[in-house]
Amino acid sequence: MPDKPKIAMYWCASCGGCEESVVDLAEDILFVLDNVDIIFWPVALDFKKSDVEKYKDVEIVASLINGAIRSTEQEEMVRLLRKKSKVIIAYGACAQLGGIPALANEFQKEEILRYVYEEAPSAVNPDKKRPQAQFKDDDRETELPELWDTVRTLEQVIDVDYYLPGCPPSSKLLKEAVLVLLSGILPSKGTVLAPDLALCEECPRKDTKPTDLSFTEFKRPNMHNIDPEKCILSQGFICIGPATRSGCGAMCIEGNMPCTGCYGPTSRVKDQGAKILSSITSNISGKTEKEIDAILEGIPDPVGTFYRYGMAGSLLRKKVDF
Amino acid sequence: MLLDENKSQSGSQGWQPKIIAFFCNWCTYTAADLAGVSRIKHAPNARVIRVMCSGRVDPQFILDSFAKGADGVLVGGCHPGDCHYQEGNYKCLRRFQLFKRVVESFGINKDRLRLEWISASEGDKVRLVINDMVAKVKALGPLSLPKKFSEWDKEMNIIEEKIAGKEEAVHA
Ligand code: SF4
Ligand code: SF4
Ligand code: FES
Repeated sequence: MPDKPKIAMYWCASCGGCEESVVDLAEDILFVLDNVDIIFWPVALDFKKSDVEKYKDVEIVASLINGAIRSTEQEEMVRLLRKKSKVIIAYGACAQLGGIPALANEFQKEEILRYVYEEAPSAVNPDKKRPQAQFKDDDRETELPELWDTVRTLEQVIDVDYYLPGCPPSSKLLKEAVLVLLSGILPSKGTVLAPDLALCEECPRKDTKPTDLSFTEFKRPNMHNIDPEKCILSQGFICIGPATRSGCGAMCIEGNMPCTGCYGPTSRVKDQGAKILSSITSNISGKTEKEIDAILEGIPDPVGTFYRYGMAGSLLRKKVDF
Repeated sequence: MLLDENKSQSGSQGWQPKIIAFFCNWCTYTAADLAGVSRIKHAPNARVIRVMCSGRVDPQFILDSFAKGADGVLVGGCHPGDCHYQEGNYKCLRRFQLFKRVVESFGINKDRLRLEWISASEGDKVRLVINDMVAKVKALGPLSLPKKFSEWDKEMNIIEEKIAGKEEAVHA
């Protein structure tokens, strides 16, 4: 029997949710394990970097990489996996667009380190020690990963073949992606392995979404009740569904919460944040700056709201520092 | 073209700000035309892009302009109530009120982005607005995002060199 195709799974700046989504395959995981060999998966299996180095170039059929890239170590690992793999899949919102970790691009590295190691209420660090990339004692010299200034998407670091969107990708999409890989009939490079339609298309509340919206206020889900039947956006809560790719089955809407945009944009949109900002604010009811600004008070953090998952992959990428 | 020019100009003595101006066909673009015909002199820094209505200016166009090397972006439309398509300029204004906050959050000074209502007959206002904006952006200096992007990316090459070094050592 020929060897089963080899698959690797790796995590970078991520929360572990993408790893979890593999476990969410439930009994389907048996099907996956019957058909592929997982040769590297740090969260679950005890393989080392040196095990990956032993493989011939492109011997690994596919590497599924989750998380944003923001350290020298992550860069080194993804470059190694790129070299050894035929196909690289950016797995999940962080690898595809930067995800939550990319919100760090609103700050400079020094601000982040200062806060975490000195100013945070939980920090006890009277000597103001900071992590160092080199460590030396008598006879040993160790090199440690260094944090980057900029959080990056996977494709900003290595060549990526496919994208599996979501925070995390649904097990349905993962299963379909595995089937595609096994079939050997690969889609064209750069394909996002989810339908190229807006989430509203698969939303159960689609029919209650009016064609003409007119916002007189914006509400936040922690302050107001959401009517479980009606389109959430039409109730004045920010729902990113109109500018988000479908594929999750409108999971958040099913839980009576607005979509926050984790599946990223459809192929026609370059910058998901600007797009949804544009579409929602165009429909504010005011006509003067004063009226408009009063309504916009309901959106206190537009960057966190509209670029929640996409800052690194957005057109401006990061806050400019002068 | 923008990109290359930016490379050669930013930081150098002869730097001139580049302003991308999205002007509505029915009013501001006509006003700019009028300014030209009447030989009203204004700073030559604005590259005008004609759109059918200020409501057509997708915020993505503005971000793209900055990302490709613009130092400032000016949007010109019909006065409130005068939009050829009734609501276009209101839509533009509503977006602008929030979008300018986003642009500032990305570290881009608010003087680099401007919205003005200029009717077809206000050729002289085109001059005033462009001159004023050019002066303000000049005071701020170049934005040069393409250059900044490549500076940011320098932190990636360090490890690349190290890996190459290690590989050579292994193969040697
Ligand atoms: S805006 Fe949100 S709630 Fe309304 S139809 Fe679209 S996804 Fe569903
Ligand atoms: S509804 Fe939106 S935020 Fe929720 S899982 Fe789907 S794409 Fe992500
Ligand atoms: S037609 Fe001029 S702003 Fe709409």
